[in-house]
Amino acid sequence: MAMHRRKVLKGIAASGASLAVLKAPYVQAQAAPMRVGFLTVKTGPLASGGLQMEQGLLTYLKDRNNMLGGRTVELTTADTTGNPAVCRTKMQELVERFNVSCVLGPLAAFEALAIDDYIRSSRTPTLAVAGAEDLTQRKPNAWFTRPGATSAQPSHAVADFAAKDLKLKRVATIADDFAFGHENVAGFQRTFEDAGGKVIQKLWTPLNAPDYGTYISQLKPDLDGIYTGHAGSNGLKIMRQLSEYGLKGKLKVVGGFTPIDESLLQQIGDDGLGAHTGNWYSAELDFPENKKFVELMRRDYKVDPGVYAASTYLFGEVLDAAVKAVGGKVEDKEAFQKAIRAVKLQNSVRGPMHFDEFGNVVGNIYIRRVDKVGTKYVNAVVKTYPNVSQFWTYNKDEFLKNPVYSRDNPPARYLER
Amino acid sequence: MNRKSIAVAIGATACAAVPWIITNDYFVNLASQILIYALLALSLNLLLGYGGMVSLGHAAFLGLTGYSTILLVLAGHDQLTTAILSVVFSTACGALFGVLALRASGIGFLMITLALGQIVWGIAYRANELTGGDNGLTLPARPVPFGIDINSASNFYHFTLIVFAIALFCIWRMTRSPFGAALCGTRDQPRRMSMLGHNVWMIQWLTFVIASFWGSISGLLYIYYNLFMSPHAISLQQSAEALLMAILGGATTLSGPIVGAVIITIVKNVVSTYIERWNILLGLIFVIVIMFMPNGLVPGCRQLWQSIQSRRKAPAPETKSASEPAP
Amino acid sequence: MQWQFWIVQTLNSVSFGGLLFLLSSGFSLAFGLMRIPNLAHGAFFMLGAYFGATVVYFGGDFWLAALAAGVGVGIVGIALERFILRPLAGNVQGQVLVTLGISFIIADVCLLVWTGDPWTVPAPPAMRRPLLVAGFAFPTYRLVVVVIALVAAVALYFLMERTRLGAMIRAGVDDMEMARGVGIPVSLLFTVVFLLGAVLAGAAGAFGGPILNAYPGLDADMLPLALIVVILGGAGSLLGAFVGSFIVGFLYNFGIALFPDLAYFILFLPMLLVLVFMPQGLFGRAAP
Repeated sequence: MAMHRRKVLKGIAASGASLAVLKAPYVQAQAAPMRVGFLTVKTGPLASGGLQMEQGLLTYLKDRNNMLGGRTVELTTADTTGNPAVCRTKMQELVERFNVSCVLGPLAAFEALAIDDYIRSSRTPTLAVAGAEDLTQRKPNAWFTRPGATSAQPSHAVADFAAKDLKLKRVATIADDFAFGHENVAGFQRTFEDAGGKVIQKLWTPLNAPDYGTYISQLKPDLDGIYTGHAGSNGLKIMRQLSEYGLKGKLKVVGGFTPIDESLLQQIGDDGLGAHTGNWYSAELDFPENKKFVELMRRDYKVDPGVYAASTYLFGEVLDAAVKAVGGKVEDKEAFQKAIRAVKLQNSVRGPMHFDEFGNVVGNIYIRRVDKVGTKYVNAVVKTYPNVSQFWTYNKDEFLKNPVYSRDNPPARYLER
Repeated sequence: MNRKSIAVAIGATACAAVPWIITNDYFVNLASQILIYALLALSLNLLLGYGGMVSLGHAAFLGLTGYSTILLVLAGHDQLTTAILSVVFSTACGALFGVLALRASGIGFLMITLALGQIVWGIAYRANELTGGDNGLTLPARPVPFGIDINSASNFYHFTLIVFAIALFCIWRMTRSPFGAALCGTRDQPRRMSMLGHNVWMIQWLTFVIASFWGSISGLLYIYYNLFMSPHAISLQQSAEALLMAILGGATTLSGPIVGAVIITIVKNVVSTYIERWNILLGLIFVIVIMFMPNGLVPGCRQLWQSIQSRRKAPAPETKSASEPAP
Repeated sequence: MQWQFWIVQTLNSVSFGGLLFLLSSGFSLAFGLMRIPNLAHGAFFMLGAYFGATVVYFGGDFWLAALAAGVGVGIVGIALERFILRPLAGNVQGQVLVTLGISFIIADVCLLVWTGDPWTVPAPPAMRRPLLVAGFAFPTYRLVVVVIALVAAVALYFLMERTRLGAMIRAGVDDMEMARGVGIPVSLLFTVVFLLGAVLAGAAGAFGGPILNAYPGLDADMLPLALIVVILGGAGSLLGAFVGSFIVGFLYNFGIALFPDLAYFILFLPMLLVLVFMPQGLFGRAAP
């Protein structure tokens, strides 16, 4: 199956044929393949999430015989290395050299922001993982669509759960010191404090900090719980070290959608038991679509899918519906983009979902608890918040009048020195 | 006209004709990027190759110029004033960095530049309100020099090429000047230069300032090209990359850093589309080149060429060509 | 601030310092003797962490894992020194390029073999539980790291001060030409010292594993720390590396806790000051 351009090229290079025949071998009789660009991170510190994105997408395409909405897909994968400048170059390559009809990715917020103006000027339909709130809020980009979640979308729900169901009152937050962490924590803080809780301490760990011991030692002694917004492999580090410093059992641990990802869960193991996280996905979701996805991932990669793999699988589902809606005519960018935004799925891998006027998803947020089933750890779904938008229950216009979530916004009123 | 100036003329014409030879915008843009990185490596090489000072903080000048350009434009200044002010600001920082870095030599110099580069990076990362943290800042538009629109790929390429050519000419003249000779002297024989009455510190410091200036100019081009600045552009990795470009191509030559910039930029951006393990490839290129050409590609190839030539002319004597004379 | 804060942060500092000593002692010796800035040292550390994780994953004992990591990385180190660095003696720029190239290759091979997901190196079960002292908890394993570092320091001290090999190394660090003149087999010495540095880095990676895990980018996180220790302590000095490690440990932990806004350059600022005012480092000898 010719779903992966790189493999095709390898084969051709081996046979010594020229690049000109590249398009020939696998073209279906009815129409030229639809070209899809894929921006992901395959090398460097962010490679973990980027490689899972690739697994999710390949799983979807393989299962559908490399077809989206009736058209064969010619996928071009680009390694952005997690660097904004390289991401920009790769985006240009996808658009100008490979003439892609749409782009999937990128992973990181700063990558998305680096290509924001280019997405607009080249008018390329883009489905992104990147959280970057303002791209679907105060500076909306008409060509940018986010089927997963903004950085803070699941945080609102888990904050509500922490205050009302777990009855936490005094909480410290700890997260990576970069925009995703800031936005992720800000959403938690706002909803948590609106529901009567208090964030009394906020700690930020630099991305290149090798060890969190010094941060954990600063935690106030009289906390009810701790909220972590760590991403990537840092989730493993924080969960493990909280337990090593004797805080497991003493503090209720709640988290955003990244720290206890399925890709880390077996490694976190006992250290995570009982922790609650809010996410738009869990490998435990009981939908037929998801059961199939999980089974395919277990078969091909021997792992349970996490949120990054689910993102790109979901991209596949959204694109499939959009391509069908335009009758395969993806070359008409305006119509295609309109169709993407109009996609409404009842049975996606994450359950029902659709997009709001800014291109951000409205869908369920699940509260998950780490349980042990036999010898395996799972993110069991304990509560579902249906049809959550990026604005939570807040009034949209009021929400947009406030400055974007950041390190110090909204200001924390209850910090204790 | 001698042969050399004919070669230069042909080379310049070929460079200018790039957008008509390769019509795809993507490759034209890539050529612009190569020129920008080549200028960064060239400016770094003034310190490295001519002055014998290994700096690991040169990407700071991309950041200092880039951030100040965006902030000044956002504050309402016009593009020309902004460009001048930000280059002056960045070069002034370079002058200060030079004072600090020249307190030490050798590995100490390297570590001070590394520390300064990391401090600039840390401020860019941490001063969210000013720099946007890792979300970075966006420059609203490219300037319109002399009323010429440089938004298209080919126009921007020509704009970059002109700036690059001017820079290259200035750097070439500088290395051929008495100052350049004195600089090489401070690299090879610092004590003798001192005895001959040269102010070694002043020569090295001025070189640092000049290198900062051209580094800032490449920062200006960088921000015009990317229209986006974030801490990633000034990371240790970016500084190391500029250093690798210069060493790979051959730090003792004028053209070495340019060759290095071409190879590294192409491997990173083009080859990586086809070869998943391009990092291994890049590492192997470094190792193999240095194993066979310890002074880098340009001196190595020149040596190879000379030995082939002399073998053809006079097959008898042992051809142990003299090592590349300092430029 | 409560008194617990000072005690726990002191313990954090000491344990981090111990880890840094394991990381940087070999780097310092090789750099002091051979003047080779081995920029692959961070990659050696990461490789050691992955080796250790793999041995434990296949059911091996933790101490066996550390041994295997030391031996495995030692083999890589000896190959690097013999076949690649040896011909580049005196060519500092070439050494910088080659060692960075090797670290690119190691990092990418690690990504290929161990994927992007982090690997843990679980400490022996008895050391995983927190140690309760007067009402506050501290991870037992971190205290074990301090002991390991002290043992390593004592062993290295005896090696350097009480053995023939150590005398030769010290002579080489002091004056290479003189050492060569009195018949010390400098070539062999170089290999031995580089090997020692690689073994220490590999074992340090395995010992650091339970605290740091093995993940892509660990190399880049650790290399600057090794550089800082060596600059503060001065190259080629065991005492310097020892004291430098603990200074960095304290600076890092207390600096971050007391001045969180300076977290990004809490180590670079002191290093800058030391270099500007004492270019030889705190314990270094005059550069050649």
